[in-house]
Amino acid sequence: MGKRTPLYQCHVEAQAKLVDFAGWDMPLHYGSQIQEHHQVRQQAGMFDVSHMTIVDLHGPAVADYLRYLVANNIDRLVPGKALYTCMLNEQGGVIDDLIVYKMTDNFYRLVVNSGTREKDLAWLTKQANSFELTLTVRDDCAMLAIQGPHIREKIPTLFSPDQAQTILNLKVFHAAELDHYFIARTGYTGEDGFEVILPATEAPAFWRKLLAADIKPCGLGARDTLRLEAGLNLYGADMDETVTPLESNLAWTVAFDPTDRQFIGRTALEKQLHNGVKQQLVGLVLEGQGVLRNHQKVIVDGFGEGEITSGSFSPTLSKGIALARVPAQVGQHCLVDMRGKQVPVQVIKPPFVKQGKKTFSHITERENE
Amino acid sequence: MSSVPKSLKYSNSHEWVRQDEDDLLTVGVTDHAQTMLGDLVYVELPELEGSFETGQEVAVVESVKAAADVYSPVSGEIVEINELLLENPQLINEDPYGKGWLFRIRPFESELKDLLSADEYSKVVASEAH
Repeated sequence: MGKRTPLYQCHVEAQAKLVDFAGWDMPLHYGSQIQEHHQVRQQAGMFDVSHMTIVDLHGPAVADYLRYLVANNIDRLVPGKALYTCMLNEQGGVIDDLIVYKMTDNFYRLVVNSGTREKDLAWLTKQANSFELTLTVRDDCAMLAIQGPHIREKIPTLFSPDQAQTILNLKVFHAAELDHYFIARTGYTGEDGFEVILPATEAPAFWRKLLAADIKPCGLGARDTLRLEAGLNLYGADMDETVTPLESNLAWTVAFDPTDRQFIGRTALEKQLHNGVKQQLVGLVLEGQGVLRNHQKVIVDGFGEGEITSGSFSPTLSKGIALARVPAQVGQHCLVDMRGKQVPVQVIKPPFVKQGKKTFSHITERENE
Repeated sequence: MSSVPKSLKYSNSHEWVRQDEDDLLTVGVTDHAQTMLGDLVYVELPELEGSFETGQEVAVVESVKAAADVYSPVSGEIVEINELLLENPQLINEDPYGKGWLFRIRPFESELKDLLSADEYSKVVASEAH
């Protein structure tokens, strides 16, 4: 038996197919992962993401610590604003990706992945050594993501009028604390929506309230195809400690300015930039029928080979799509070795889908020439 | 529990076979197989008039999660394929023993000797659960 979130019983009642995910018993789907995918793209869905690790940092040196710890620059934050960033090792390899929420000058909240929990906590603790701060893991909390184009209209049925007003006024990547609830306009689906952190004991009642508002439960299966369509990396698949953000379509999350901010991994990234980044993470769209899969070989004529890091089927586009790490010289087309056959794919810059719509136009080989 | 109709024959590799009145066989994948695969998104069917040996790869069914080969449960010649699946592979999820059939085959031998009964196949499914 794996670890269970505070919503385990709710999943059982909703007839979830439960699977092991990083040691947790988590819902893969509640019947059909494709229907759940469409539910989030077109209506409103909810995900139990309580398996993720929430870490609160308090103290006068928290900002100095984070300036050193993460590759993005937390000086871009004001209270109530969130930042997506990577946490790197000295070689520039990605230890994890995370969201940093600044609540006050002395209080920041981090949300890190569940699969990397132990090594993240060890690293956070080790680096905190010389800084004056306390680090608290919030295992007393649950976390729900409510996502989809119709989420906003449901907020007034879920909260008091004052609370609803505050929530609806949140800008993208902003957060607010309302009594025991922490609500952020963030997510992992490419749709508008919120992530709600609340006391574990209150989570089942909130879940039932969401169900009553016709926000349907969605599992990790739909979460994966939604994030892939949205071009959002999955830690452990699209990046890990062997690659840098510059090779992971995440150069935008690395703040080299100001030049005197010494963050962990900076020297290695500067060296990599100086020598030239040899590979990049791109999107692939299968031109014919079928499904792209993790670890399939990508052939870039004249420049070598790459590999699919996340391959799946896009329910929105009805096509095989993938993220792949390929030689940096890749053009608009290349080939994938699919079960022994070399098939053509179009190369795009992710995302594949933005607010429910396809983001790229089809370019044939001929037009390309 | 997945459904295993008594009237059908089965293979160890999760295909079902129905003997029709015209002595042709209709073949599909079992309820257990479709449950394990999850939502199907793509089906590759054999060519009409193609000949297959018992146990030869004859079709591919792909879900969001995985691709699975379908093996011919008998030796024979393909006489009909379910073209509706090309547009709507989810028929296999919705109705694995009905609208989700894959192909019809004219067997080279009249005996279905190596196929499993529903009871025998249920044991195969049960043993996989452990």
